Amino acid sequence: MSREELAEEKNPMEDFLRMDRIPHIWCPGCGIGTVVTSFADALKKSELDLDKVAVVSGIGCTGRVAGYVKFDSFHTTHGRAIPFATGLKLANPELKVVVFSGDGDIVGIGGNHLIHAARRNMDIVVICVNNFNYAMTGGQVAATSPMGANLSTAPYGNFEYPFNLPYLVETCGATYVARWTSLHIRRVTKSIQEALAKRGFSFIEVITPCVTLYARRNRLGDGLNLLKYYYDQSEIQHGADTRTVGIDYQGKLIVGKFVDKEKPTFLDGMNTHLQKVLGEKYVPYGVKP
Amino acid sequence: MRKVKADPKGVLTGAHYLDGDFAIAEGGLAAGCRFFAGYPITPSTETAERFSERIPFVGGIFIQMEDEIASITALIGASWGGQKVMTVTSGPGFSLMQENIGLAVMMETPLVIANVQRGGPSTGLPTLTGQSDMMQAKFGSHGDYEIIALSPDSPQECFDLTIKAFNLAETFRVPVFVMTDECVGHMHEKVIIPPADEIEIIERKWYQGPKDKYLPYKPDKDLVPFMVKAGDGYRFHTTGLTHDERGYPVLNAEVQDWCVHHLVDKIRKNAHKIIELQEDQIDNAEVVVVSYGITSRVAIRAVQLARKAGIKVGTMRMITVWPFPEKRIKELAGKIKAFVVPEINLGQIGREVERCAFGQAPVIGVTHCGGWVHDPEDILKAIKEAVR
Repeated sequence: MSREELAEEKNPMEDFLRMDRIPHIWCPGCGIGTVVTSFADALKKSELDLDKVAVVSGIGCTGRVAGYVKFDSFHTTHGRAIPFATGLKLANPELKVVVFSGDGDIVGIGGNHLIHAARRNMDIVVICVNNFNYAMTGGQVAATSPMGANLSTAPYGNFEYPFNLPYLVETCGATYVARWTSLHIRRVTKSIQEALAKRGFSFIEVITPCVTLYARRNRLGDGLNLLKYYYDQSEIQHGADTRTVGIDYQGKLIVGKFVDKEKPTFLDGMNTHLQKVLGEKYVPYGVKP
Repeated sequence: MRKVKADPKGVLTGAHYLDGDFAIAEGGLAAGCRFFAGYPITPSTETAERFSERIPFVGGIFIQMEDEIASITALIGASWGGQKVMTVTSGPGFSLMQENIGLAVMMETPLVIANVQRGGPSTGLPTLTGQSDMMQAKFGSHGDYEIIALSPDSPQECFDLTIKAFNLAETFRVPVFVMTDECVGHMHEKVIIPPADEIEIIERKWYQGPKDKYLPYKPDKDLVPFMVKAGDGYRFHTTGLTHDERGYPVLNAEVQDWCVHHLVDKIRKNAHKIIELQEDQIDNAEVVVVSYGITSRVAIRAVQLARKAGIKVGTMRMITVWPFPEKRIKELAGKIKAFVVPEINLGQIGREVERCAFGQAPVIGVTHCGGWVHDPEDILKAIKEAVR
């Protein structure tokens, strides 16, 4: 390729990223960027109208995603991306609303909103990047930290039981649940694509190495080592019983698409029920004529 | 600023016998609110109940969220989705909302919160009246910022001021609080809802220019930036972080200074357009009773008795409490002997009056901790003390 051709060549991510905000703040070896690339790829393949895509993040490393993607994007408060997305989606049902945030944000401080959005079958996609710790603040213990792992506020090792996220959200009513590691690039992309094409509450957990904090503190090597380790420890079991997919420290990771079912969404339920009870007097909401 | 007539779908024209809580819901519907997210809390719940009962026939969303944090956050999301939005709460719920009231301020999001105040702190007096959230309304979230707060004294005003709250929220892209209390909230009175074409509604300051030129936080001449909604192709970004005109985070002292001053100035420099006071016999008064909400109605009796006793007493009822009528208080302070400030808290607004009087006139507070409205005799005693 000539120098001129190179200069003219467009960055393949240009339609999806706010190039004026690059470089991003993520550490070398962090998996968040890879998940963002998968997200962009999934959107490209989905052929959705990108003007109708909105991304909502909370606070934390993954919480910064909303600031880099070139869609209507909202960087909200810690833990509150899901209720924000709930309001956004209900106010303008045409939107495809994606919550992109971390485990500490979505499951720790925001856990109450997660279970209620799943219960309501709110029509949003939740991409939860799980790096097993609160990374932005320096590697503190999280609701997802495996037992025995060393964290800055569990300096003698974590003795609390962690959440098993796929089991949690499935039990609460999620209609699409998948888990991958950030090295399962094509599979993450495919899952996001499937979730985007679906109506209902979708939840995708992506296990990602935190190089600077979790890996260093636990002497797990550099980003590449850990990325590879998670990948190698993965066993794909589509449709696995989510009760069995809990994560042990440096143990086997059960990944795959665990749940994919159909169920009326919050708005479907509201419109169907009120129409039935109130008849013609009911003014349907968010339904295209 | 585009003024339109109310959408008749939400307007229940006629003479009604309503309590203040119901009137707030009707005010919201008349103002065009089609999105309500809330969480039950005494003594405000009737507003949510009324809205949930009415909205299926108007077209819109009522959603009962998992807590007040979710309620306020859903409002911010829905406001950016293009809807007019409101919620209702009381003390403990208002406390839970504070962090995200800050987010609404930072993102410059129009929304309305009615606070039907009860006695605090903590669980306090769930079923009994109070006015002790007045300072929390102003300073409850962290950081420097400005909001707007109105204080209705009757169910009729609950209706009228809820509409006004929406108009102010849309004009200034700011959260507006309707600071009522249990007594007004549960008081049944005649409420006149006018025909839709007699209700003036101010539309959101929608941006009309070219898409690639849109800056979500570029102040217009009146200091208020134009707004767009998600889904219209502007691909905008907004954040709770300190940000520049593009809405991009910039974390340094210079941008912080610009950002915070902008949030504060758009209200402070427009205060004269926002503040509404109701004054009576103030011109040659020796004493001025400054009050708001339910306490203003109780004060009427005390003022009548004082005037009968030959005391020159004027009244100032603050319909807008925040931004505070600093100039007017300062002006009066040089002309009168004293201010009397009755309120159902231990002197929250009295202290503000004192600050603005700047030592020119003493401020006599008539305060109690809540659970009941004042005995007019107590206010009368303070008026008599003031002229002594």
